[in-house]
Amino acid sequence: MKDSNFIISLDHISKWFGDKQVLNDVNLHVKKGEFITILGPSGCGKTTLLRILAGFVTPDEGTVEIGGEQMNSIPPYKRPVNTVFQRYALFPHLNVYDNVAFGLKLNKIPEEEIEQRVRKALKMVNMTDYEWRDVESLSGGQQQRVAIARALINSPEVLLLDEPLSALDHKMRKDMQIELKEIHEKLGVTFLYVTHDQEEALTLSDTIVVMNDGVIQQAGSPIDIYNEPVNAFVADFIGESNILNGTMICDRKVNFLGHDFDCVDEGFGENKPVDVVIRPEDIYLMEAPNKAGQFEGTVQSCVFQGIHYEITVITDEGYEIVIQDYNPFEAGMKVAMIIKPQDIQVMKKERTCNTFEGKLIDETHVEMLGIEFECLPQELWQGEKVDVLVDVDFDKVDLLDDIDNAELVGDVRFILYKGDHYFLTVMTEDRDNVYVATNDVWDERDLVGIKILPEDIHIRKAE
Amino acid sequence: MGKIKQFFGRRSSWSIPYLIFMLIFVVLPLVLVVLYAFRDPSGKFTFDNIRTFINEKESVNTLVYSIGIALITTIICILLGYPAAYILSNSKFRSASVMVALFLIPMFINVLMRTLATVALFGFMKVPLGQATLIFGMVYNYLPFMILPIYTVLQKIDKSYREAAQDLGADNVKVFTKVTLPLSMPGVVSGIMMVFMPTISTFAIAELLTMNNIKLFGTIIQENINNGMWNYGALLSLIMLILIVVTNLFNDDKEEASAAGGLI
Repeated sequence: MKDSNFIISLDHISKWFGDKQVLNDVNLHVKKGEFITILGPSGCGKTTLLRILAGFVTPDEGTVEIGGEQMNSIPPYKRPVNTVFQRYALFPHLNVYDNVAFGLKLNKIPEEEIEQRVRKALKMVNMTDYEWRDVESLSGGQQQRVAIARALINSPEVLLLDEPLSALDHKMRKDMQIELKEIHEKLGVTFLYVTHDQEEALTLSDTIVVMNDGVIQQAGSPIDIYNEPVNAFVADFIGESNILNGTMICDRKVNFLGHDFDCVDEGFGENKPVDVVIRPEDIYLMEAPNKAGQFEGTVQSCVFQGIHYEITVITDEGYEIVIQDYNPFEAGMKVAMIIKPQDIQVMKKERTCNTFEGKLIDETHVEMLGIEFECLPQELWQGEKVDVLVDVDFDKVDLLDDIDNAELVGDVRFILYKGDHYFLTVMTEDRDNVYVATNDVWDERDLVGIKILPEDIHIRKAE
Repeated sequence: MGKIKQFFGRRSSWSIPYLIFMLIFVVLPLVLVVLYAFRDPSGKFTFDNIRTFINEKESVNTLVYSIGIALITTIICILLGYPAAYILSNSKFRSASVMVALFLIPMFINVLMRTLATVALFGFMKVPLGQATLIFGMVYNYLPFMILPIYTVLQKIDKSYREAAQDLGADNVKVFTKVTLPLSMPGVVSGIMMVFMPTISTFAIAELLTMNNIKLFGTIIQENINNGMWNYGALLSLIMLILIVVTNLFNDDKEEASAAGGLI
């Protein structure tokens, strides 16, 4: 027992499927009894992480510890965890009772005790009287309950849940969320829950781990994650938000939307580019003119959404922002807005321009991203090929519809609206990321041609 | 004219040629078999044929022997076919489709040709023809009919069932006995049907592979009819038909049949 505080310890876990890296140096420590949710878009590696814990996937690097014991080479059937599978995976040749009793029967537990425990487990998930039913005759929600009972009856140290509610309708999902939370509180078993539904994660969890591209972006309580996202991806993925480019003028002063605002963030340095996140409910709307207003704009649309109105405002400086308010503001109306300092979330920019590793192959050509680009004549060229770093500004990358004639093709992976432009992550066929700022509208998964003009290629020596 | 057009326009009308074909070549012969079975050569109604069958030890013995051979063939086919299907369905086995094709290619050659070749092979190896070679021939000919339905079912079993069993504490042996095997039973049942029924009625393989020394039930029917004993032959055919229908009743679960890849 190395560290008894943590029921699960994942250290430096990496996993490749072929040449695609699905997990990149993941570290995760889970306290006993916690309800932890791994949240991320499909393909972010969250299910692989769960399967590594269950034992169906072996990590290429790193160590897996459950209950203080090293589990890397322990087969799934010897691990103190049980799984609720995404499609339930109830055995179709067994009835409800035999499905739930499956784990106990394998452990040669006396028949009487099995019966007692099965009844108790079924009662817990409100499925008493269904013992002798054929599992295929049950509804999705009922199958889900049986799957939970079947996984919990072995008294696992950790219950792994792989998007267990994704196949249920909205109403059913809400009910099951409450029941899951109750079961968790009653049993005190550690729950590790995988989902792509941010609302589910916020409702259920003690701790949320946000993942993207095989990397943990942020781990923390739902409130922390919502209020203090560490980067634009987390801010965009959790809840609605306005994500804007800004400049940190000095400590406690930030410029965005063309205005200076007071804020509470420090330590970013002076005149540093940052991302600023404002939640739609944190912008206060008033009829213009109003002296208290920090900036002004015109209402573009106003949609009632049940509890609040969602209002789109174009500011006088031309930025589009989304605001939630309990009062309606008619389209075309002039409005003034206020943002409180503590509601401004400032985040360090991960990068300020594209930087590619490349190779100068003659005076006017550089090889990068798998192809040759023409560049302006370079002083670095001394008659020999040389490794270089290439900087390209986000707005200097052109995206083209015509992919047949493009030398470099990529697909749009992630889109962020920054108030007056879109910020795209485009992945090339060689799996390199190219970041693009554009005013054109693209959809996720669009295939695009990528073009960079010679004068926009800035080459410096590789260190 | 309108009525004729309407008649041919209905889709159900298109089945008429097929129905006529079925009437002449399936229903009528079946009726004739039943009629002939209960008549004497002069055409009078009689139960004599049944009496002859029961009293004449040879026919009954051959029937029992035939069922025995069919059972042994089926069992050997399961024992050989299940592991083969299991290995083929294993996703780690990349060239599975090539192997399946290898199992199926011999099926493109006529049964008699294949069996004659087997006879020649045994002659070349100086293996005496008899019961053992008969069973070998049967298994050789019918094994693919066992492998294919089992393979189809095994391939369709979702891997999450196996994972769920492992997750609940089953080692590899338990996963097989508690999950994979029960879930693949429809394929086994389907395979049994495909092997057992034809082996009861076959006579060509027996004739060629035993130099006509061992007689199966099919052989006796053929001999009787060849010798002009139409009525007795019809009765024997009727008995065999009943046997096949009875075997089929064990497999009346429609769901299972469709799960077996629609092979029945």
